[in-house]
Amino acid sequence: MAFTLYSLIQAAILCVNAVAVLHEERFLSKIGWGADQGVGGFGDEPGIKTQMMNLIRSVRTVMRVPLIGVNTVCIVLLLLFG
Amino acid sequence: MDLPHHGYRSTKQRSRGGPPSSDSVLFDDTSSTAPMNSQGYYTPGYSMGGPSTDMQGGPAMNNMFTDPMANAAMMYGSSLANQGKDMVNKEISRFMSVNKLKYFFAVDTKYVIKKLMILMFPYTHQDWEVRYHRDSPLTPRQDVNAPDLYIPTMAFITYILLAGMALGIQKRFSPEVLGLCASTALVWIIIEVLVMLLSLYLLTVHSDLSTFDLVAYSGYKYVGMIFTVLSGLLFGSDGYYVALAWSSCALMFFIVRSLKMKIIPSTDSMGTGGRGRETDRQTDRYREADRYRETERDTETHTAY
Repeated sequence: MAFTLYSLIQAAILCVNAVAVLHEERFLSKIGWGADQGVGGFGDEPGIKTQMMNLIRSVRTVMRVPLIGVNTVCIVLLLLFG
Repeated sequence: MDLPHHGYRSTKQRSRGGPPSSDSVLFDDTSSTAPMNSQGYYTPGYSMGGPSTDMQGGPAMNNMFTDPMANAAMMYGSSLANQGKDMVNKEISRFMSVNKLKYFFAVDTKYVIKKLMILMFPYTHQDWEVRYHRDSPLTPRQDVNAPDLYIPTMAFITYILLAGMALGIQKRFSPEVLGLCASTALVWIIIEVLVMLLSLYLLTVHSDLSTFDLVAYSGYKYVGMIFTVLSGLLFGSDGYYVALAWSSCALMFFIVRSLKMKIIPSTDSMGTGGRGRETDRQTDRYREADRYRETERDTETHTAY
């Protein structure tokens, strides 16, 4: 397996795109992973599902705008250099 | 031209001569060597070693810098280089704390030898606890259980060179392969550290492992890999599989025993021995607050009785 740093960057961009594309009300609420469906318990064990929901929601909030620029750069690079 | 390079190098050496005062208590900052005087050229703004070298380099300087324009240009260039260096340092210290990085490289020969022996044969090592010194962990020079980044870095580079040598023995070598192997290994390290960080976050394991610790522990496996590749080269495929099994078991034992102390929180109720190492900023913020809270809790329980 010959990875380069660029393939790692491409894989990371694809993964973050996949997380950012999950729509809040069309998909996540339907399967019970919506942002407003958190248990909100104040115990010290939030559980894996709550952590995943928090992670998805924070990634979507933070990376929405930078992803536009990063995707544009990636597309232009792929068009120019194959 | 040689002269601008010399100017830059002399300024670089001189600014390394100022050690950070905060962590000279824990370990000696041996990166601050005495500035070497190369050709007696220096900018007048730095007074360190200035007057003494002026006497020595006087005649040589007069020969070189009769042209005031060249003199002014070189001074301007070196001050520009200094500004660039300061800016780079400031930007880097925004992302990662350079002091914390220096902690990981404060090693000496004795520590390296002992750590390598523990990595290859961890079954006789008794005490796996990381020792502390007034709430901050001891440097690798004083505690053999502390993780360091020197061994993983050296092992990584040695492994890449060894892989290139092994490929050369099999007549499959070309210079691009070396670069490809290096970037592949680097990508695997990055992927592994990211997966570990993600798992630590998802399972809400409140450990005090910083990112550098994870890089250190995932770099320790390169020592076993070097050993495996070497014995594969020397003893054929049987030696390879035997060494692979041996170093896998040794590394598994080492990692489990080392990280068991750090991940599983201590059950000491007063919190005197439970807190492990935190990041620099956290330590600065919480150390005073914790001490105050502990003393407050002490007085509360005493007055309750």
